[in-house]
Amino acid sequence: MALGVVPYLTLALFLGPVAAGLVFTLLPAFGYLPALGATQIGAHVFARLFDQPGLTGSVALTLGTGFAASLLSLGIAVGFCAAAHGRPIFRSAERLLAPLLATPHAAIALGFAFLIAPSGWLVRFVSPELTGWTRPPDFASVGDAAGISLVLGLVLKEVPYLLLMAVAAHGQIAATATMATARTLGYSPFAAWFKAILPQLYPQIRLPIYAVLAFSLSTVDVALILGPSNPPPLAVLAVRWANDPLLDLFLPAMAAASLQLLLVGGGIGLWRLGEAAVARVARPWLADGARGAALERTAPVARAALIAIAAINAVCIAAMALWSVAAAWRFPHALPERWSFDNWTRAAGRLAEPAATTLSVAAAATAAALVLVCLCLENEQRRQRAAGPSALWALYLPLLVPQISFLLGAQSLLVRLGWDGTWGALVWFHLLFVLPYVFLVLADPWRALDPRYAKLAACLGAAPWRVFFTVRLPLLLRPILVAAAVGFAVSVGLYLPTVLGGGGRLTSLATEAVSLASGGDRRIVGVYAFLQAMLPLLAYGLALAVPALLFRHRRGLR
Amino acid sequence: MSGLQFEHVRLAAGPRVLVADFSLGIAPGEIATVMGASGAGKSSLLAYACGTLAPGLAASGSVRLDGIEISGLPPERRRIGILFQDDLLFPHLSVGANLGFGLRAETKDRRARIEEALAAAGLAGFAARDPATLSGGQRQRVALMRALLAEPAAILLDEPFGKLDADLRAQMREFVFAHVRERKLPCLMVTHDSQDADAAGGVLRTLENFA
Repeated sequence: MALGVVPYLTLALFLGPVAAGLVFTLLPAFGYLPALGATQIGAHVFARLFDQPGLTGSVALTLGTGFAASLLSLGIAVGFCAAAHGRPIFRSAERLLAPLLATPHAAIALGFAFLIAPSGWLVRFVSPELTGWTRPPDFASVGDAAGISLVLGLVLKEVPYLLLMAVAAHGQIAATATMATARTLGYSPFAAWFKAILPQLYPQIRLPIYAVLAFSLSTVDVALILGPSNPPPLAVLAVRWANDPLLDLFLPAMAAASLQLLLVGGGIGLWRLGEAAVARVARPWLADGARGAALERTAPVARAALIAIAAINAVCIAAMALWSVAAAWRFPHALPERWSFDNWTRAAGRLAEPAATTLSVAAAATAAALVLVCLCLENEQRRQRAAGPSALWALYLPLLVPQISFLLGAQSLLVRLGWDGTWGALVWFHLLFVLPYVFLVLADPWRALDPRYAKLAACLGAAPWRVFFTVRLPLLLRPILVAAAVGFAVSVGLYLPTVLGGGGRLTSLATEAVSLASGGDRRIVGVYAFLQAMLPLLAYGLALAVPALLFRHRRGLR
Repeated sequence: MSGLQFEHVRLAAGPRVLVADFSLGIAPGEIATVMGASGAGKSSLLAYACGTLAPGLAASGSVRLDGIEISGLPPERRRIGILFQDDLLFPHLSVGANLGFGLRAETKDRRARIEEALAAAGLAGFAARDPATLSGGQRQRVALMRALLAEPAAILLDEPFGKLDADLRAQMREFVFAHVRERKLPCLMVTHDSQDADAAGGVLRTLENFA
């Protein structure tokens, strides 16, 4: 049956490029790239890599910022869950966080850079009244050598992600009943959550946590905007060398991308060991009977941390919106002195093409992912066998393997095939990252749909495809559209896959915003970043509005 | 031979036998009842008859409808209707469209047929309504009409009155049984309630719990 082929086709479509990309990254890293005359296989490229000035610093920075961002994000997300479980804010967290999650990394990072810069918003609000500064002070708050601003920028995006995953995972364990039991045994809410819920919850969010760690260790766009430039994190170094027109550093770039793979693999392994160690240390604490009344005092801090993160995210977008309509906004003014839409009309000509590419690629990759995912899930439904844990790992693979490690190789493969810089190749690159998210969002509601609807429809004489189109799809319209919005948002935010898949010929709002960031005209950056941030929000709005409109007379679907 | 015949039906989930050897002939218009403890395989027996048995269950034996072996057919070609404890009206469709879903595509005068069915259920003029705005009893009547509009040759009832309160239960029972008998459909009902079985008046079987 043709439907049975779809899961294999899907796996091939998105694991194929990952595997092939890794091979074509590793081969040059070990000295084999005939196109550049390199045929001597060995570790000499790595020797050259380690001879590069600043490499040790780069690796240290990568590990330091990656682990710091992941630990901080997990701490805040988990702390908030413990402090807010059972409160109204916890139930509304999902609705509040979805839009935050939708805004692209680059847009948030650009907004955050303006917020904390010496000439930025925070300083302007207190200058010159409190500080006496009439000129921007001289300190490096963006791109500081230790990577603090990079860590904070990552945390802004990763906390909402981890928190959404954690909130969703509460549904898979009997959280409410467990909490009630622990509370009636005299545990304070905070301690009850940490002792009774977290040990059950953690395994459910392990893969998202690893994805966050992998992303933090290998981010390129956030690092270009907020990270130090000399030395930068390893992934940035690899991109810089690979794009060097002299090609002299191309092989070391491939070695750096391979080293990146090792850092992420080793990083995840180290994290796993950390998990085991924490579990060992915490086990006696879980059963020591302490009700944790003292711990309760930290709960307001955890709630405040989340509210602060949500607020900063909103402020970052607001800053970009203001810049996009500012005619003049000199230091130390807290608000633009003159307003105009000139920035938009001036940018319109240059904006049109990247905007069109962004939209068309996001729409195509999302549509392709939706079709594949719906058919995979339909196949699963008809065979009544859910995909096992290995399928989940396969889905997460493009999110766990650092992008740079397989995309550089995949790009050189595209060049060899003459497909680089084509629209189709770009859509394919995006599909690798869109598909996992679409699947993850859609799988649970799909599997949770009462199977008796389909059985009953069959007993009424409806053939399987009629059941699919007239029963299953309409009943699942809401989650399908939410999955589409998530896929769309992921695509709009993709930076490195666009740079490498577009081969310099196709640009998107993400790549333009990042490359304009170094140019310094904040008004133009504001236009690009704000537009990039708005597209996913529009998609989310549509995803909510369409079913509400279609089903406005169907109370059972509300 | 007309009616619904089960012969030596055996259902097992791995080593666990759900139904050991079930044989029963149900004549047109007869309402047979199967009772038994929870987990005794009653619902699996119905799923086996209408072709929606979970793939993990091994089945052997035969089901014949009007003399024709149907156990190899997909559910949509068996012409066996089923009513569950929940009405399972499609929440995305209006009441009328739910009935239209049951009506075969080649049917003429669809609108008239739907109105007719609604009138027979005492729900004339309800076609445009959202199913969620109907009472439990009304919804269950629509569900029966939807099943009947598909022109089944037999009907299965899976504890169809289990969620209704005592008053409504007797009414619904009468309503469903009257329609089944009027159309001379062989009917197999699974229930926990001996009053259901008494009212049905057909053969009563009790499934052993092998678990």
